Amino acid sequence: MTAPTDVTSPLPRFAVGDRVRVADRPAHGHCRSPKYLRGHDGIITAIHGDFRDPERLAYHRPGLPPRTLYKVRFAPADIWGAAEHADDDLEADIYEHWLAPAGDAPAANEGAT
Amino acid sequence: MSDKRTELRSGTDSHAVHDVGGLDFGPIDREDHDLAQWERRVDAMLILLVSPAKRAFAIDAMRRVIEDYGEQQYDATTYYEKWIRAIRNLCLEQEIFSQSELDTALARAKDAMRAAGREVSDDAVPADTSAAAS
Repeated sequence: MTAPTDVTSPLPRFAVGDRVRVADRPAHGHCRSPKYLRGHDGIITAIHGDFRDPERLAYHRPGLPPRTLYKVRFAPADIWGAAEHADDDLEADIYEHWLAPAGDAPAANEGAT
Repeated sequence: MSDKRTELRSGTDSHAVHDVGGLDFGPIDREDHDLAQWERRVDAMLILLVSPAKRAFAIDAMRRVIEDYGEQQYDATTYYEKWIRAIRNLCLEQEIFSQSELDTALARAKDAMRAAGREVSDDAVPADTSAAAS
């Protein structure tokens, strides 16, 4: 994560405690959302602030529009199935344009072993 | 090992070369190790290039170049080898220096090393990353 920039985006779409789903779409070019989290549900635990978009900075663009960055907590059992340390939390920094409200539809690989 | 890695990354659910979290690549080497002097220099070079004073490119561009490597090159290179190749490619991309200026500087450095009786490796950073992967 880079230092906070001079940019601000509109009010954050999500609040701490919101349940969100990481978009399950392919990454074309540089992307900060790891594949193993795409399609999975997590809970917002912090709002880091607004940053220039790394997906655009990666191609020498100014990184606009800015993106709000969140810390999202996932349950290892949801991600890995049989997790070695099932009581651990897994937290990842995810940009807002990769997040949607968690719906009623099952998350990817839910119940996978 | 590389065949297994290729298999793990491939298929309909294909993974980018670097994005392998959760795939069975074997145990992680947790041993501490010392950095070579050239690795420290590469680290310093990157910090200077992305600093507000220079802004030669964003750190995200560095990641993009490394992530675009072919599998063979990605798996066969060390951490700082990836860095120096990416720095070289980005400096060319951003026209900070030209290929001929780089070639001239490398030749001069090699001559100086030979004159000082130092070993000069032929295992230089390949000029073209796609060729290096084949």
